[in-house]
Amino acid sequence: MLSIDALHVTYGGAVQAVRGVSMEVPDGKVVAVLGSNGAGKTTLLRTISGTLRLHRGKVESGSVTFDGADLVSRDPAQAVRLGLVQVPEGRRIFGRLTVEENLRAGGMGNRDKAAKSKAQDRVYDMFPVLKERSSQRGALLSGGEQQMLAIGRALMASPKLLLLDEPSLGLAPRIIGQIGEVIAEINRQGTSVLLVEQNATMALGVADLAYVLDVGEVSLSGDARQLSQTDEVQRLYLGHDGGGEAGERRVRVPSGKKLSRWTA
Amino acid sequence: MTQFLSLLLNGISLGALYALIALGFVIIFKSSEVVSFTHGSLLLLGAYSIARLSDSIGFLPAVVVGILITALAAFVIERLIINRLRGAAVISLAIVTIGVDIIILTELIRQIGSDILNVPHPWGGESFRVGSIGLSQNRLIAFVVAAVLIAAFFAAFKYSSWGIAMRASAEDGETAALMGIRQGRVSALAWVVAGVLAAVAALFLVGSPTPGVSPTAYAVALRAFPAAILGGLDSTGGALVGGLLIGIAEAMAAGYQDQLLFLGRGFSAVVPFIVMIAVLMFRPSGLFGTKELTRV
Ligand SMILES: Nc1ncnc2c1ncn2[C@@H]1O[C@H](COP(=O)(O)OP(=O)(O)OP(=O)(O)O)[C@@H](O)[C@H]1O
Ligand SMILES: [Mg+2]
Repeated sequence: MLSIDALHVTYGGAVQAVRGVSMEVPDGKVVAVLGSNGAGKTTLLRTISGTLRLHRGKVESGSVTFDGADLVSRDPAQAVRLGLVQVPEGRRIFGRLTVEENLRAGGMGNRDKAAKSKAQDRVYDMFPVLKERSSQRGALLSGGEQQMLAIGRALMASPKLLLLDEPSLGLAPRIIGQIGEVIAEINRQGTSVLLVEQNATMALGVADLAYVLDVGEVSLSGDARQLSQTDEVQRLYLGHDGGGEAGERRVRVPSGKKLSRWTA
Repeated sequence: MTQFLSLLLNGISLGALYALIALGFVIIFKSSEVVSFTHGSLLLLGAYSIARLSDSIGFLPAVVVGILITALAAFVIERLIINRLRGAAVISLAIVTIGVDIIILTELIRQIGSDILNVPHPWGGESFRVGSIGLSQNRLIAFVVAAVLIAAFFAAFKYSSWGIAMRASAEDGETAALMGIRQGRVSALAWVVAGVLAAVAALFLVGSPTPGVSPTAYAVALRAFPAAILGGLDSTGGALVGGLLIGIAEAMAAGYQDQLLFLGRGFSAVVPFIVMIAVLMFRPSGLFGTKELTRV
Protein backbone atom coordinates (compact mmCIF):
# COMPACT_ATOMS: atom_id res chain seq x y z
CA MET A 1 0.00 0.00 0.00
CA LEU A 2 1.12 3.49 -0.82
CA SER A 3 0.58 6.05 1.94
CA ILE A 4 1.17 9.74 1.67
CA ASP A 5 0.96 11.74 4.84
CA ALA A 6 0.85 15.53 5.24
CA LEU A 7 3.13 15.97 2.24
CA HIS A 8 4.58 19.40 1.42
CA VAL A 9 6.60 19.85 -1.75
CA THR A 10 8.24 23.00 -3.08
CA TYR A 11 10.18 23.86 -6.20
CA GLY A 12 13.26 26.00 -5.84
CA GLY A 13 12.26 26.67 -2.24
CA ALA A 14 9.57 29.07 -3.41
CA VAL A 15 6.72 27.50 -5.36
CA GLN A 16 4.53 25.44 -3.03
CA ALA A 17 3.20 22.81 -5.37
CA VAL A 18 1.81 20.32 -2.86
CA ARG A 19 0.53 21.53 0.50
CA GLY A 20 -0.32 19.00 3.17
CA VAL A 21 -1.64 16.23 0.98
CA SER A 22 -2.54 12.89 2.56
CA MET A 23 -3.79 9.96 0.55
CA GLU A 24 -3.66 6.21 0.29
CA VAL A 25 -3.58 3.71 -2.54
CA PRO A 26 -4.65 0.37 -1.07
CA ASP A 27 -3.34 -2.80 -2.72
CA GLY A 28 -5.35 -3.93 -5.70
CA LYS A 29 -7.27 -0.69 -6.09
CA VAL A 30 -7.47 2.00 -8.73
CA VAL A 31 -7.23 5.45 -7.18
CA ALA A 32 -7.91 8.54 -9.25
CA VAL A 33 -6.49 12.00 -8.58
CA LEU A 34 -8.39 14.77 -10.30
CA GLY A 35 -7.29 18.33 -10.54
CA SER A 36 -6.93 21.14 -13.03
CA ASN A 37 -3.71 22.51 -14.49
CA GLY A 38 -1.12 23.28 -11.87
CA ALA A 39 -2.99 21.46 -9.11
CA GLY A 40 0.13 19.50 -8.21
CA LYS A 41 -0.78 16.14 -9.70
CA THR A 42 2.47 15.61 -11.57
CA THR A 43 4.42 16.83 -8.56
CA LEU A 44 2.76 14.16 -6.47
CA LEU A 45 3.82 11.45 -8.91
CA ARG A 46 7.36 12.83 -9.13
CA THR A 47 7.62 12.60 -5.37
CA ILE A 48 6.61 8.96 -5.47
CA SER A 49 8.86 8.00 -8.38
CA GLY A 50 11.91 9.86 -7.09
CA THR A 51 12.25 12.28 -9.99
CA LEU A 52 11.48 15.39 -7.98
CA ARG A 53 15.16 16.17 -7.66
CA LEU A 54 15.55 16.38 -11.43
CA HIS A 55 13.18 19.35 -11.27
CA ARG A 56 14.79 21.01 -8.29
CA GLY A 57 11.80 20.06 -6.19
CA LYS A 58 12.05 19.20 -2.53
CA VAL A 59 9.94 17.42 0.05
CA GLU A 60 9.69 19.95 2.87
CA SER A 61 7.78 17.75 5.24
CA GLY A 62 5.49 14.77 5.42
CA SER A 63 6.07 11.21 4.39
CA VAL A 64 5.57 8.88 1.46
CA THR A 65 5.86 5.16 2.08
CA PHE A 66 5.22 2.08 0.00
CA ASP A 67 4.65 -1.14 1.93
CA GLY A 68 6.41 0.54 4.81
CA ALA A 69 9.50 1.61 2.80
CA ASP A 70 10.22 5.32 2.85
CA LEU A 71 10.25 6.76 -0.67
CA VAL A 72 11.32 10.32 -0.04
CA SER A 73 15.05 9.62 0.01
CA ARG A 74 15.09 7.18 -2.87
CA ASP A 75 16.16 7.59 -6.47
CA PRO A 76 13.99 6.54 -9.43
CA ALA A 77 15.83 3.25 -9.97
CA GLN A 78 15.16 2.26 -6.38
CA ALA A 79 11.50 3.17 -6.72
CA VAL A 80 11.26 0.96 -9.81
CA ARG A 81 12.84 -1.90 -7.91
CA LEU A 82 10.26 -1.48 -5.16
CA GLY A 83 7.58 -1.90 -7.80
CA LEU A 84 6.56 1.71 -8.47
CA VAL A 85 6.60 2.66 -12.12
CA GLN A 86 5.44 5.95 -13.55
CA VAL A 87 4.11 6.57 -17.04
CA PRO A 88 5.00 10.22 -17.61
CA GLU A 89 2.65 12.94 -18.75
CA GLY A 90 2.72 13.35 -22.52
CA ARG A 91 3.79 9.69 -23.00
CA ARG A 92 7.45 10.52 -23.63
CA ILE A 93 8.17 7.40 -25.62
CA PHE A 94 11.66 7.13 -27.08
CA GLY A 95 10.89 8.22 -30.63
CA ARG A 96 14.20 7.15 -32.10
CA LEU A 97 14.06 3.71 -30.58
CA THR A 98 11.95 0.97 -32.07
CA VAL A 99 8.83 -0.23 -30.30
CA GLU A 100 10.69 -3.33 -29.17
CA GLU A 101 13.62 -1.29 -27.92
CA ASN A 102 11.23 0.96 -26.01
CA LEU A 103 9.87 -2.12 -24.29
CA ARG A 104 13.38 -3.38 -23.56
CA ALA A 105 14.20 0.00 -22.06
CA GLY A 106 11.13 -0.37 -19.87
CA GLY A 107 12.44 -3.66 -18.57
CA MET A 108 15.87 -2.28 -17.63
CA GLY A 109 14.98 -1.86 -13.98
CA ASN A 110 13.76 -5.45 -13.86
CA ARG A 111 16.62 -7.86 -13.22
CA ASP A 112 14.52 -10.96 -13.25
CA LYS A 113 14.83 -12.39 -16.79
CA ALA A 114 11.87 -14.73 -16.47
CA ALA A 115 9.65 -11.96 -15.15
CA LYS A 116 10.74 -9.80 -18.04
CA SER A 117 9.80 -12.27 -20.71
CA LYS A 118 6.49 -12.88 -18.98
CA ALA A 119 5.91 -9.14 -18.88
CA GLN A 120 6.68 -8.88 -22.58
CA ASP A 121 4.16 -11.59 -23.43
CA ARG A 122 1.59 -9.82 -21.31
CA VAL A 123 2.25 -6.51 -23.06
CA TYR A 124 2.02 -8.01 -26.54
CA ASP A 125 -1.13 -9.83 -25.46
CA MET A 126 -2.73 -6.67 -24.20
CA PHE A 127 -1.56 -4.52 -27.12
CA PRO A 128 -1.31 -6.67 -30.27
CA VAL A 129 -0.63 -3.54 -32.31
CA LEU A 130 2.72 -3.16 -30.54
CA LYS A 131 3.74 -6.61 -31.66
CA GLU A 132 2.77 -5.85 -35.25
CA ARG A 133 4.85 -2.71 -35.19
CA SER A 134 7.67 -3.94 -32.97
CA SER A 135 10.46 -3.01 -35.37
CA GLN A 136 9.12 0.45 -36.18
CA ARG A 137 10.46 3.54 -34.57
CA GLY A 138 8.34 4.84 -31.72
CA ALA A 139 7.94 8.24 -33.34
CA LEU A 140 5.93 6.68 -36.16
CA LEU A 141 3.11 5.48 -33.91
CA SER A 142 -0.15 7.39 -33.57
CA GLY A 143 -0.92 9.20 -30.33
CA GLY A 144 -3.11 6.40 -29.04
CA GLU A 145 -0.53 3.75 -29.95
CA GLN A 146 2.15 5.81 -28.26
CA GLN A 147 0.11 5.87 -25.07
CA MET A 148 -0.29 2.09 -25.31
CA LEU A 149 3.48 1.82 -25.78
CA ALA A 150 4.12 4.10 -22.80
CA ILE A 151 1.89 1.92 -20.64
CA GLY A 152 3.35 -1.29 -22.07
CA ARG A 153 6.85 -0.01 -21.45
CA ALA A 154 6.01 0.62 -17.80
CA LEU A 155 4.46 -2.85 -17.48
CA MET A 156 7.80 -4.34 -18.56
CA ALA A 157 9.09 -3.53 -15.10
CA SER A 158 6.32 -5.71 -13.57
CA PRO A 159 5.08 -2.91 -11.31
CA LYS A 160 3.09 -3.48 -8.16
CA LEU A 161 1.74 0.04 -8.43
CA LEU A 162 1.40 1.76 -11.77
CA LEU A 163 1.42 5.56 -11.75
CA LEU A 164 -0.32 7.10 -14.75
CA ASP A 165 -0.05 10.81 -15.48
CA GLU A 166 -2.94 12.01 -17.65
CA PRO A 167 -3.01 9.08 -20.07
CA SER A 168 -6.01 10.60 -21.87
CA LEU A 169 -4.15 13.75 -22.77
CA GLY A 170 -4.74 14.77 -26.37
CA LEU A 171 -6.53 11.58 -27.38
CA ALA A 172 -9.87 11.05 -29.12
CA PRO A 173 -12.83 9.95 -26.97
CA ARG A 174 -12.87 6.45 -28.46
CA ILE A 175 -9.20 5.96 -27.60
CA ILE A 176 -9.77 7.37 -24.11
CA GLY A 177 -12.43 4.70 -23.65
CA GLN A 178 -9.90 2.04 -24.64
CA ILE A 179 -7.36 3.42 -22.20
CA GLY A 180 -9.97 3.15 -19.46
CA GLU A 181 -10.53 -0.50 -20.36
CA VAL A 182 -6.79 -1.14 -20.40
CA ILE A 183 -6.44 0.35 -16.92
CA ALA A 184 -9.28 -1.83 -15.64
CA GLU A 185 -7.63 -4.90 -17.19
CA ILE A 186 -4.22 -4.11 -15.72
CA ASN A 187 -5.85 -3.73 -12.34
CA ARG A 188 -7.78 -6.96 -12.77
CA GLN A 189 -4.46 -8.73 -13.37
CA GLY A 190 -3.31 -7.60 -9.94
CA THR A 191 -1.58 -4.23 -10.31
CA SER A 192 -2.69 -1.27 -8.22
CA VAL A 193 -3.07 1.97 -10.15
CA LEU A 194 -2.72 5.60 -9.21
CA LEU A 195 -4.41 7.46 -12.04
CA VAL A 196 -3.89 11.19 -12.40
CA GLU A 197 -6.46 12.72 -14.74
CA GLN A 198 -8.30 15.78 -15.88
CA ASN A 199 -10.76 13.58 -17.69
CA ALA A 200 -13.03 12.85 -14.75
CA THR A 201 -15.51 10.78 -16.73
CA MET A 202 -12.93 8.18 -17.63
CA ALA A 203 -11.09 8.33 -14.32
CA LEU A 204 -14.14 8.03 -12.09
CA GLY A 205 -15.48 5.29 -14.35
CA VAL A 206 -12.50 3.05 -13.69
CA ALA A 207 -11.42 4.11 -10.17
CA ASP A 208 -12.45 2.68 -6.82
CA LEU A 209 -11.42 5.74 -4.85
CA ALA A 210 -10.76 9.31 -5.87
CA TYR A 211 -9.19 12.49 -4.61
CA VAL A 212 -9.68 15.98 -5.93
CA LEU A 213 -6.61 18.14 -5.76
CA ASP A 214 -7.08 21.90 -5.76
CA VAL A 215 -4.00 24.14 -5.88
CA GLY A 216 -1.87 21.68 -3.97
CA GLU A 217 -4.50 20.59 -1.43
CA VAL A 218 -6.99 17.77 -1.28
CA SER A 219 -10.43 19.36 -1.46
CA LEU A 220 -12.53 16.21 -1.78
CA SER A 221 -11.97 12.50 -1.44
CA GLY A 222 -13.88 9.29 -1.18
CA ASP A 223 -15.52 6.52 -3.11
CA ALA A 224 -15.24 7.25 -6.83
CA ARG A 225 -18.91 6.65 -7.62
CA GLN A 226 -20.13 8.77 -4.73
CA LEU A 227 -17.68 11.50 -5.60
CA SER A 228 -18.95 11.68 -9.15
CA GLN A 229 -22.37 12.57 -7.72
CA THR A 230 -21.18 15.57 -5.72
CA ASP A 231 -21.98 19.05 -6.93
CA GLU A 232 -18.40 20.22 -7.06
CA VAL A 233 -17.18 17.33 -9.18
CA GLN A 234 -20.23 17.60 -11.42
CA ARG A 235 -19.64 21.27 -11.91
CA LEU A 236 -15.85 21.38 -12.22
CA TYR A 237 -14.95 18.10 -13.85
CA LEU A 238 -17.98 16.57 -15.43
CA GLY A 239 -19.04 19.72 -17.21
CA HIS A 240 -22.53 19.97 -15.77
CA ASP A 241 -22.39 23.71 -15.32
CA GLY A 242 -24.08 24.36 -18.62
CA GLY A 243 -20.81 25.08 -20.43
CA GLY A 244 -18.29 22.49 -21.50
CA GLU A 245 -18.47 18.93 -22.65
CA ALA A 246 -17.98 16.07 -20.29
CA GLY A 247 -14.35 15.16 -19.95
CA GLU A 248 -13.11 18.24 -21.70
CA ARG A 249 -9.77 19.56 -20.58
CA ARG A 250 -10.44 22.67 -18.56
CA VAL A 251 -8.13 25.54 -18.12
CA ARG A 252 -8.46 27.45 -14.92
CA VAL A 253 -6.36 30.10 -13.34
CA PRO A 254 -3.90 27.86 -11.49
CA SER A 255 -3.68 29.81 -8.29
CA GLY A 256 -5.02 32.87 -6.63
CA LYS A 257 -1.50 33.97 -5.93
CA LYS A 258 -0.72 34.37 -9.60
CA LEU A 259 -3.94 36.24 -10.17
CA SER A 260 -3.17 38.77 -7.47
CA ARG A 261 0.29 39.23 -8.91
CA TRP A 262 -1.18 40.05 -12.29
CA THR A 263 -3.64 42.53 -10.90
CA ALA A 264 -1.19 44.14 -8.51
CA MET B 1 46.56 6.91 -59.81
CA THR B 2 48.73 4.63 -57.70
CA GLN B 3 49.67 7.61 -55.60
CA PHE B 4 46.01 8.40 -55.18
CA LEU B 5 45.15 4.83 -54.16
CA SER B 6 48.05 4.72 -51.79
CA LEU B 7 46.98 7.99 -50.18
CA LEU B 8 43.40 6.82 -49.99
CA LEU B 9 44.47 3.67 -48.20
CA ASN B 10 46.61 5.62 -45.78
CA GLY B 11 43.78 8.08 -45.28
CA ILE B 12 41.30 5.34 -44.48
CA SER B 13 43.61 3.68 -41.98
CA LEU B 14 44.32 7.02 -40.30
CA GLY B 15 40.62 7.86 -40.46
CA ALA B 16 39.68 4.62 -38.75
CA LEU B 17 41.84 5.67 -35.81
CA TYR B 18 40.25 9.11 -35.75
CA ALA B 19 36.89 7.37 -35.82
CA LEU B 20 37.80 5.39 -32.69
CA ILE B 21 38.59 8.61 -30.84
CA ALA B 22 35.57 10.41 -32.24
CA LEU B 23 33.23 7.57 -31.24
CA GLY B 24 34.34 7.94 -27.65
CA PHE B 25 33.81 11.65 -27.87
CA VAL B 26 30.28 11.15 -29.23
CA ILE B 27 29.15 8.59 -26.66
CA ILE B 28 30.43 10.79 -23.87
CA PHE B 29 28.44 13.64 -25.29
CA LYS B 30 25.34 11.51 -25.67
CA SER B 31 25.45 10.05 -22.21
CA SER B 32 26.76 12.90 -20.09
CA GLU B 33 26.02 15.94 -22.26
CA VAL B 34 29.65 16.88 -21.96
CA VAL B 35 31.88 17.99 -24.79
CA SER B 36 34.97 16.31 -23.44
CA PHE B 37 38.31 17.89 -24.18
CA THR B 38 40.06 15.30 -22.04
CA HIS B 39 40.65 13.07 -25.03
CA GLY B 40 44.01 14.54 -25.94
CA SER B 41 45.57 13.74 -22.61
CA LEU B 42 43.81 10.37 -22.35
CA LEU B 43 45.34 9.45 -25.66
CA LEU B 44 48.77 10.50 -24.53
CA LEU B 45 48.28 8.69 -21.24
CA GLY B 46 47.51 5.50 -23.15
CA ALA B 47 50.54 5.84 -25.39
CA TYR B 48 52.79 6.77 -22.48
CA SER B 49 51.65 3.86 -20.29
CA ILE B 50 52.10 1.34 -23.08
CA ALA B 51 55.56 2.67 -23.96
CA ARG B 52 56.77 2.81 -20.35
CA LEU B 53 55.44 -0.60 -19.37
CA SER B 54 56.66 -2.40 -22.48
CA ASP B 55 60.23 -2.46 -21.21
CA SER B 56 59.42 -4.19 -17.99
CA ILE B 57 56.44 -6.40 -18.71
CA GLY B 58 56.60 -6.91 -22.46
CA PHE B 59 54.56 -5.51 -25.28
CA LEU B 60 51.24 -7.33 -25.09
CA PRO B 61 50.80 -7.09 -21.32
CA ALA B 62 51.76 -3.44 -21.60
CA VAL B 63 49.03 -2.90 -24.17
CA VAL B 64 46.46 -4.51 -21.92
CA VAL B 65 47.56 -2.61 -18.82
CA GLY B 66 47.89 0.64 -20.77
CA ILE B 67 44.33 0.32 -22.02
CA LEU B 68 43.12 -0.44 -18.49
CA ILE B 69 44.95 2.57 -17.08
CA THR B 70 43.40 4.87 -19.66
CA ALA B 71 39.94 3.44 -19.08
CA LEU B 72 40.39 3.81 -15.35
CA ALA B 73 41.48 7.43 -15.75
CA ALA B 74 38.38 8.14 -17.83
CA PHE B 75 36.23 6.41 -15.22
CA VAL B 76 37.75 8.43 -12.40
CA ILE B 77 37.22 11.70 -14.29
CA GLU B 78 33.56 10.82 -14.78
CA ARG B 79 32.92 9.71 -11.20
CA LEU B 80 34.91 12.39 -9.46
CA ILE B 81 34.08 15.39 -11.58
CA ILE B 82 31.54 15.02 -14.35
CA ASN B 83 29.01 13.05 -12.32
CA ARG B 84 29.03 15.64 -9.59
CA LEU B 85 28.52 18.50 -11.99
CA ARG B 86 25.54 16.94 -13.73
CA GLY B 87 23.12 19.62 -14.76
CA ALA B 88 25.77 22.33 -15.11
CA ALA B 89 25.80 24.26 -18.38
CA VAL B 90 27.37 22.45 -21.33
CA ILE B 91 29.88 25.23 -21.75
CA SER B 92 31.04 25.18 -18.13
CA LEU B 93 31.47 21.42 -18.28
CA ALA B 94 33.48 21.73 -21.48
CA ILE B 95 35.80 24.17 -19.77
CA VAL B 96 36.08 21.90 -16.75
CA THR B 97 37.25 19.14 -19.09
CA ILE B 98 39.82 21.49 -20.62
CA GLY B 99 41.11 22.06 -17.09
CA VAL B 100 41.31 18.33 -16.41
CA ASP B 101 43.05 17.86 -19.73
CA ILE B 102 45.69 20.46 -18.91
CA ILE B 103 46.36 18.90 -15.53
CA ILE B 104 46.89 15.42 -16.95
CA LEU B 105 48.85 16.73 -19.91
CA THR B 106 51.19 18.79 -17.76
CA GLU B 107 51.97 15.82 -15.58
CA LEU B 108 52.55 13.56 -18.57
CA ILE B 109 54.89 16.05 -20.19
CA ARG B 110 56.82 16.23 -16.93
CA GLN B 111 57.01 12.43 -16.81
CA ILE B 112 58.10 12.09 -20.40
CA GLY B 113 60.63 14.87 -19.97
CA SER B 114 63.22 14.79 -22.70
CA ASP B 115 63.00 11.02 -23.12
CA ILE B 116 62.15 9.65 -26.47
CA LEU B 117 59.70 6.91 -25.73
CA ASN B 118 58.89 4.30 -28.27
CA VAL B 119 56.23 1.69 -28.31
CA PRO B 120 58.08 -1.44 -29.47
CA HIS B 121 55.52 -2.64 -31.98
CA PRO B 122 56.42 -6.24 -32.82
CA TRP B 123 55.35 -5.56 -36.39
CA GLY B 124 58.02 -2.87 -36.64
CA GLY B 125 58.11 -0.09 -39.16
CA GLU B 126 57.96 -2.10 -42.33
CA SER B 127 55.60 -1.35 -45.12
CA PHE B 128 53.25 -3.60 -46.84
CA ARG B 129 53.15 -3.30 -50.61
CA VAL B 130 50.87 -4.37 -53.38
CA GLY B 131 52.53 -3.31 -56.60
CA SER B 132 53.41 0.28 -56.04
CA ILE B 133 50.74 0.94 -53.44
CA GLY B 134 52.24 1.06 -49.97
CA LEU B 135 50.91 1.16 -46.46
CA SER B 136 52.86 0.75 -43.26
CA GLN B 137 52.18 -2.51 -41.52
CA ASN B 138 51.33 -0.59 -38.42
CA ARG B 139 48.55 1.21 -40.25
CA LEU B 140 47.32 -1.98 -41.83
CA ILE B 141 47.00 -3.69 -38.46
CA ALA B 142 45.51 -0.51 -37.05
CA PHE B 143 42.87 -0.57 -39.73
CA VAL B 144 41.95 -4.18 -39.07
CA VAL B 145 41.78 -3.68 -35.29
CA ALA B 146 39.83 -0.44 -35.63
CA ALA B 147 37.38 -2.05 -38.05
CA VAL B 148 36.77 -4.93 -35.65
CA LEU B 149 36.34 -2.58 -32.69
CA ILE B 150 34.04 -0.26 -34.59
CA ALA B 151 31.90 -3.16 -35.75
CA ALA B 152 31.73 -4.50 -32.18
CA PHE B 153 30.88 -1.06 -30.91
CA PHE B 154 28.01 -0.59 -33.34
CA ALA B 155 26.67 -4.05 -32.62
CA ALA B 156 26.73 -3.34 -28.88
CA PHE B 157 25.21 0.07 -29.39
CA LYS B 158 22.37 -1.42 -31.39
CA TYR B 159 21.66 -4.67 -29.57
CA SER B 160 23.04 -4.72 -26.05
CA SER B 161 21.19 -3.52 -22.99
CA TRP B 162 23.91 -0.95 -22.52
CA GLY B 163 23.31 0.38 -26.03
CA ILE B 164 19.58 0.67 -25.47
CA ALA B 165 20.01 2.25 -22.05
CA MET B 166 22.46 4.68 -23.57
CA ARG B 167 20.23 5.66 -26.47
CA ALA B 168 17.17 5.90 -24.26
CA SER B 169 18.82 8.14 -21.71
CA ALA B 170 20.40 10.26 -24.44
CA GLU B 171 16.98 10.85 -25.92
CA ASP B 172 15.11 11.54 -22.69
CA GLY B 173 17.07 11.24 -19.47
CA GLU B 174 14.16 11.72 -17.09
CA THR B 175 11.99 9.11 -18.76
CA ALA B 176 14.92 6.70 -18.86
CA ALA B 177 15.31 7.27 -15.12
CA LEU B 178 11.63 6.38 -14.68
CA MET B 179 12.41 3.02 -16.28
CA GLY B 180 15.04 2.39 -13.64
CA ILE B 181 17.95 3.22 -15.95
CA ARG B 182 20.76 4.76 -13.92
CA GLN B 183 22.17 7.59 -15.93
CA GLY B 184 25.29 7.71 -13.78
CA ARG B 185 26.13 4.15 -14.71
CA VAL B 186 25.41 4.66 -18.37
CA SER B 187 27.64 7.68 -18.37
CA ALA B 188 30.48 6.03 -16.44
CA LEU B 189 30.46 3.12 -18.85
CA ALA B 190 30.54 5.51 -21.80
CA TRP B 191 33.67 7.12 -20.37
CA VAL B 192 35.30 3.74 -19.87
CA VAL B 193 34.52 2.72 -23.44
CA ALA B 194 35.83 6.06 -24.69
CA GLY B 195 39.03 5.53 -22.68
CA VAL B 196 39.54 2.08 -24.18
CA LEU B 197 38.97 3.35 -27.72
CA ALA B 198 41.36 6.27 -27.19
CA ALA B 199 44.08 3.97 -25.83
CA VAL B 200 43.75 1.58 -28.75
CA ALA B 201 43.97 4.51 -31.17
CA ALA B 202 47.01 5.74 -29.25
CA LEU B 203 48.73 2.39 -29.58
CA PHE B 204 48.75 2.74 -33.36
CA LEU B 205 49.05 6.50 -33.70
CA VAL B 206 52.48 6.51 -32.08
CA GLY B 207 53.79 3.91 -34.53
CA SER B 208 55.01 4.09 -38.11
CA PRO B 209 54.80 6.33 -40.07
CA THR B 210 54.57 8.81 -37.17
CA PRO B 211 57.41 9.00 -34.64
CA GLY B 212 57.17 7.73 -31.04
CA VAL B 213 55.46 9.00 -27.93
CA SER B 214 55.84 12.71 -27.53
CA PRO B 215 53.51 15.52 -26.62
CA THR B 216 52.89 15.95 -30.35
CA ALA B 217 50.76 12.81 -30.19
CA TYR B 218 48.39 15.08 -28.34
CA ALA B 219 47.82 17.13 -31.48
CA VAL B 220 46.56 14.00 -33.18
CA ALA B 221 43.66 13.76 -30.75
CA LEU B 222 42.81 17.35 -31.46
CA ARG B 223 42.23 16.37 -35.07
CA ALA B 224 39.64 13.82 -33.98
CA PHE B 225 37.48 16.60 -32.53
CA PRO B 226 36.58 18.02 -35.94
CA ALA B 227 35.80 14.45 -36.99
CA ALA B 228 33.22 14.13 -34.23
CA ILE B 229 31.81 17.57 -34.78
CA LEU B 230 31.45 17.42 -38.53
CA GLY B 231 29.76 14.03 -38.26
CA GLY B 232 27.28 15.47 -35.78
CA LEU B 233 28.15 15.47 -32.11
CA ASP B 234 25.39 13.10 -31.15
CA SER B 235 25.72 10.68 -34.04
CA THR B 236 27.85 7.55 -33.77
CA GLY B 237 27.51 6.95 -37.50
CA GLY B 238 28.61 10.53 -37.99
CA ALA B 239 31.75 9.92 -35.94
CA LEU B 240 32.69 7.06 -38.23
CA VAL B 241 32.07 9.01 -41.43
CA GLY B 242 33.69 12.13 -39.96
CA GLY B 243 36.77 10.20 -38.89
CA LEU B 244 37.24 8.64 -42.31
CA LEU B 245 36.63 11.94 -44.05
CA ILE B 246 39.18 13.75 -41.94
CA GLY B 247 41.72 10.94 -42.28
CA ILE B 248 41.41 10.87 -46.06
CA ALA B 249 41.49 14.66 -46.38
CA GLU B 250 44.57 14.86 -44.23
CA ALA B 251 46.39 12.08 -46.08
CA MET B 252 45.54 13.64 -49.42
CA ALA B 253 46.69 17.07 -48.36
CA ALA B 254 49.95 15.60 -47.09
CA GLY B 255 50.51 13.50 -50.20
CA TYR B 256 49.81 16.26 -52.65
CA GLN B 257 51.52 18.92 -50.65
CA ASP B 258 53.87 19.82 -53.49
CA GLN B 259 50.89 20.70 -55.61
CA LEU B 260 49.31 22.53 -52.66
CA LEU B 261 52.39 24.51 -51.75
CA PHE B 262 50.64 27.79 -52.52
CA LEU B 263 48.57 27.08 -49.39
CA GLY B 264 51.71 26.93 -47.31
CA ARG B 265 53.70 24.12 -45.79
CA GLY B 266 52.06 22.02 -43.10
CA PHE B 267 48.69 22.55 -44.72
CA SER B 268 47.72 18.93 -44.02
CA ALA B 269 47.70 19.60 -40.28
CA VAL B 270 44.98 22.21 -40.64
CA VAL B 271 42.92 20.35 -43.23
CA PRO B 272 40.74 18.61 -40.63
CA PHE B 273 39.66 21.95 -39.27
CA ILE B 274 39.03 23.42 -42.69
CA VAL B 275 36.88 20.44 -43.65
CA MET B 276 34.96 20.81 -40.40
CA ILE B 277 34.29 24.49 -40.94
CA ALA B 278 33.20 23.87 -44.51
CA VAL B 279 30.75 21.16 -43.43
CA LEU B 280 29.33 23.19 -40.56
CA MET B 281 28.66 26.12 -42.90
CA PHE B 282 26.16 23.99 -44.74
CA ARG B 283 24.99 21.79 -41.91
CA PRO B 284 25.26 23.52 -38.55
CA SER B 285 24.50 20.35 -36.61
CA GLY B 286 26.97 18.25 -38.60
CA LEU B 287 26.33 15.65 -41.26
CA PHE B 288 24.16 13.34 -39.18
CA GLY B 289 23.67 15.28 -35.98
CA THR B 290 20.31 16.22 -34.57
CA LYS B 291 21.39 18.68 -31.92
CA GLU B 292 23.27 21.89 -32.27
CA LEU B 293 25.53 22.60 -29.36
CA THR B 294 23.70 25.76 -28.47
CA ARG B 295 20.38 24.00 -28.26
CA VAL B 296 21.49 21.38 -25.80
N1 LIG C 1 10.02 22.16 -12.42
C1 LIG C 1 9.26 23.07 -11.79
N2 LIG C 1 9.82 24.19 -11.29
C2 LIG C 1 9.07 25.12 -10.66
N3 LIG C 1 7.75 25.02 -10.49
C3 LIG C 1 7.12 23.93 -10.97
C4 LIG C 1 7.85 22.91 -11.65
N4 LIG C 1 6.98 21.95 -12.03
C5 LIG C 1 5.77 22.36 -11.60
N5 LIG C 1 5.85 23.54 -10.97
C6 LIG C 1 4.75 24.27 -10.34
O1 LIG C 1 4.14 23.45 -9.37
C7 LIG C 1 2.74 23.56 -9.42
C8 LIG C 1 2.14 22.19 -9.66
O2 LIG C 1 2.55 21.71 -10.93
P1 LIG C 1 2.23 20.26 -11.47
O3 LIG C 1 2.99 20.09 -12.71
O4 LIG C 1 2.44 19.29 -10.39
O5 LIG C 1 0.68 20.37 -11.78
P2 LIG C 1 -0.28 19.38 -12.55
O6 LIG C 1 -1.44 19.18 -11.68
O7 LIG C 1 0.45 18.19 -13.00
O8 LIG C 1 -0.71 20.25 -13.80
P3 LIG C 1 -1.03 19.81 -15.32
O9 LIG C 1 -2.42 19.31 -15.33
O10 LIG C 1 -0.92 21.07 -16.08
O11 LIG C 1 -0.03 18.80 -15.71
C9 LIG C 1 2.43 24.56 -10.52
O12 LIG C 1 2.22 25.81 -9.92
C10 LIG C 1 3.66 24.58 -11.35
O13 LIG C 1 3.86 25.85 -11.93
MG1 LIG D 1 0.88 17.37 -14.78
